[in-house]
Amino acid sequence: MDDIKYSNTHHQHEHSRTNYDDQLDYGTPASQSDVQVTLTIDDREITVPEGTSIMRASILAGINVPKLCATDSLEPFGSCRLCVVEIEGRRGYPASCTTPVAEGLKVSTQTPKLADIRRGTMELYISDHPLDCLTCATNGDCELQDMAGAVGLREVRYGYEGENHLKAEKDESNPYFTFDPSKCIVCSRCVRACEETQGTYALTISGRGFESKVAAGINNFLDSECVSCGACVQACPTATLIEKTVIDHGVPEHSVTTTCAYCGVGCSFNAEMKGEEVIRMVPNKNGSANHGHSCVKGRFAWGYATHQDRITTPMIRKSIHDEWRIVSWDEAINYAASEIKRIEAKYGKDAMGGITSSRCTNEEVYVTQKLVRAVFGTNNVDTCARVCHSPTGYGLKKTIGESAGTQTFDSVMKADVIMIIGANPTVGHPVFASQMKRRLREGAKLIIADPRAIDLVDNSPHIVTDYHLNLRPGTNVALISALAHVVVTEGLVKEDFVKERCEWDSFVLWRDFVAKPENSPEALADELGVDPVLIRDAARLFATGGNGAIYYGLGVTEHSQGSTMVMGIANLAMATGNVGREGVGINPLRGQNNVQGSCDMGSMPHEYPGYRHVSDPAAKALFEAAWGRPLSDEPGLRIPNMLDLAGEGRFKALYCVGEDIAQSDPNTQHVTHALESMECVIVQDLFLNETAMFAHVFFPGASFLEKCGTFTNAERRISPVRRVMTPKNNVDGQGYEDWEITAMLSKALGYEMNYRHASEIMDEIAALTPTFKGVSFNKLDELGSIQWPCNDECPTGTPTMHIDGFVRGKGKFFITQYVPTTEKVNAKYPLILTTGRILSQYNVGAQTRRTKNVEWHHEDVVEIHPHDAQERGVKDGDWIGIVSRAGETVLRATLTERVQPGVIYTTFHHPASGANVITTENSDWATNCPEFKVTAVQVTRVNQLSDWQLHYKTFSEAQLAFAGRDLEAAKID
Amino acid sequence: MDIQRLVSMANQIGDFYESYPDQSQAQHGIAEHINRFWALVMRQQIAHYVAEQGGTGLHEQVQKAISAHLKI
Repeated sequence: MDDIKYSNTHHQHEHSRTNYDDQLDYGTPASQSDVQVTLTIDDREITVPEGTSIMRASILAGINVPKLCATDSLEPFGSCRLCVVEIEGRRGYPASCTTPVAEGLKVSTQTPKLADIRRGTMELYISDHPLDCLTCATNGDCELQDMAGAVGLREVRYGYEGENHLKAEKDESNPYFTFDPSKCIVCSRCVRACEETQGTYALTISGRGFESKVAAGINNFLDSECVSCGACVQACPTATLIEKTVIDHGVPEHSVTTTCAYCGVGCSFNAEMKGEEVIRMVPNKNGSANHGHSCVKGRFAWGYATHQDRITTPMIRKSIHDEWRIVSWDEAINYAASEIKRIEAKYGKDAMGGITSSRCTNEEVYVTQKLVRAVFGTNNVDTCARVCHSPTGYGLKKTIGESAGTQTFDSVMKADVIMIIGANPTVGHPVFASQMKRRLREGAKLIIADPRAIDLVDNSPHIVTDYHLNLRPGTNVALISALAHVVVTEGLVKEDFVKERCEWDSFVLWRDFVAKPENSPEALADELGVDPVLIRDAARLFATGGNGAIYYGLGVTEHSQGSTMVMGIANLAMATGNVGREGVGINPLRGQNNVQGSCDMGSMPHEYPGYRHVSDPAAKALFEAAWGRPLSDEPGLRIPNMLDLAGEGRFKALYCVGEDIAQSDPNTQHVTHALESMECVIVQDLFLNETAMFAHVFFPGASFLEKCGTFTNAERRISPVRRVMTPKNNVDGQGYEDWEITAMLSKALGYEMNYRHASEIMDEIAALTPTFKGVSFNKLDELGSIQWPCNDECPTGTPTMHIDGFVRGKGKFFITQYVPTTEKVNAKYPLILTTGRILSQYNVGAQTRRTKNVEWHHEDVVEIHPHDAQERGVKDGDWIGIVSRAGETVLRATLTERVQPGVIYTTFHHPASGANVITTENSDWATNCPEFKVTAVQVTRVNQLSDWQLHYKTFSEAQLAFAGRDLEAAKID
Repeated sequence: MDIQRLVSMANQIGDFYESYPDQSQAQHGIAEHINRFWALVMRQQIAHYVAEQGGTGLHEQVQKAISAHLKI
């Protein structure tokens, strides 16, 4: 069990005795034992936890044992024989990586005999290795080179003429890294990283003896199961697996630790630089969310930041049918401000609003909502969490009192039963999924509730799904009631926990409700389409199998009963006593990097930062005093409300920062009609995104590499984003971070925001938000990251919440009546479309489509069950038209049994796919979160694009031309 | 806004509270939800629809909740 990756406690353990260097490779993982062992290595006495390897103990004692096949992210393997030692009283020369410490051992790491063995081993390695160090891409950054020096290799007596691997062919199929087998020493670090770190098992050693070589599938890396996470590249001690950017540019010269701008895992990375150019992004070994692991997006797909499609100059135009005019920052800001003033005078404050994105930093979201509330004078500010996790905020606030997940990611290592509902971690949250898979390989049980067979169900080596509850889309609440019915009626409730920690009256109401016969698995079997025996067994396992942890995603929230389902999950967790310690909990897997943060920062129309309702007089007074402006106590419009009113001519101006509602929101034609109906749409983004095609003002934003700030991930972890290059939007000789642009707009509207640095925005947030009271950039520098709440009681943050009591005092149960969606199948629309994501692409794809990730996914396709396909004469690869009550689009079909009959599935990463042309405006009852996961459709074979797609093509090409973009270069799929 | 959209949104809120044994509590719940999350313009429109146009299409409890407890 490699605790160096999952627990800091033993670092501190070891730290107390030695100068623990968190950048050093200790060769083997830390031991978790509490038993201490003292031994002597090269006459130095050292005490370490039992189970520590002699190698690790030596390095902790400051003695560098030579090594090649060992690295502390992987279990020891004992193959390279460089780390041999002598132990008094023992025979032979054991490998220090695979030999554990024992009380009183006397170990020697440097003797003439050991030097001889090491030189001999090294000589063999080098006899079959190219001697091109000076021109090698890893020159100066190669463990083999270092070890040749360390062991004092001076000659290779075998010569170089014998049979060798020097002419082995390179595999350059992966767009980001090269595999050069001529440089491979077959240490298996890559194979083990693929297994242990990533859990994909794509690599193997094929052949025996001299024929042994690393193999990725039958052909090459790209055609194999490899998911391009980069773990093998990270683990390789030579130049065998190396980033193409390092081959092209050489070894980086400085490094800055920052946070990935993709998913809600929020991985810590070292941006390795040459001047202002990123050479590679390397996962930070000490990142508390990712522990040195990464995925294809964060590790490799950052080239969009310097893509030629970046718009780097402000632009304005009167009408969306006009060409854009490139202007100075001053002119753009003043024009935008004058339009806002004009619209305010003509239509009033409430005809204006702002939208922030989960791709913004906390500081950007904070200043934007401040601008809208204090300067626009309305609470019409919303964020894209509206269309993903708003039900999480609502449901968890109601039940447990805080709109956030309860755990750390590391908590999964103590879970005994993992229940995943409507989430697909291996594609949506890949780095966390690797950790989860590790726990599953250790034996944790797995329950998956998903209409579709996600990879964890049938496509993950050494993972067994105990129960796959493949319910019909839209029936989540029936399922959670059925599970709860079993828990309640079979006496599996943890009554002690409920009595002590929850409102008993609310529990009784809920208990009596779920116990009704109509909520039994048998009664709901037809509705759910799931065998009731499976539901009963799954419920029993969850309630009795030890620590039960629930992980869920947008398959829970993006429904007409999304909020009800979140409450249902909280009910189940409370009833089974699975809240308030490690290994359990309610874990919403947030889609984007800063979904949690954007909600925390008060970007919802009904609440200030820290989830305080706008009608709360104390909160209002606090913010009025701090901001010096009168504030409204009326909840503002949510995104769908803004769009509805815009379509009716009653909402006229929108400031949209980093969000692309024209692609990501449901019923595209409704959205674009609303945008066309506004008089001033201001878009702040990196690219001329779909929404910008309807804009009148374009503020070029800064990428995450060009600004300072913070992101807050799915485990409430606030992590620093650090500027590593000048913003590209530097037309006036000075680039602007996004918060500076918002501040400039604010100033032009007569309200000064006098921040000198993003850190001062965080200081203001901390001063006004109790859960952020102790957060500052200085503390983030010191601690690396902080999980809120961070205040006087918890100065270093709060990994696990609700330990001694729920934030709201007592946990509250809510009755969760199942109400079938109105989006029903019928003869005209007999199938259900559900939507999701793919590993290599991210959200609307604006970033990932502008990287080589398109080699894995260059178009969105529709998954359809062979039975449904056959009925319609559809073959694999055919174009099919998908028609819903909202619209029609055409995509290519792929036949698969991963979807059940009656259900089709697609992704929405490419705008021309028009996936959201067919989704409807049905939404969650509490939050208006769209019901993306259920759309009744019909599909037919067709041979041309839909009318919408043809219109889209003409329109988007015209819009690109208006911005002076080269259509070929700026090709938009 | 399209009144039918507001009616269906309000009814959805009503559906959540339908199983509450205490229907007066349910009415308060429905109204509180609308008061806390709907902008004034939306509340005014639905209140007007109930007061002046009979609130056709709204579930009974929802209509009562709007008449009795909506802040406008």
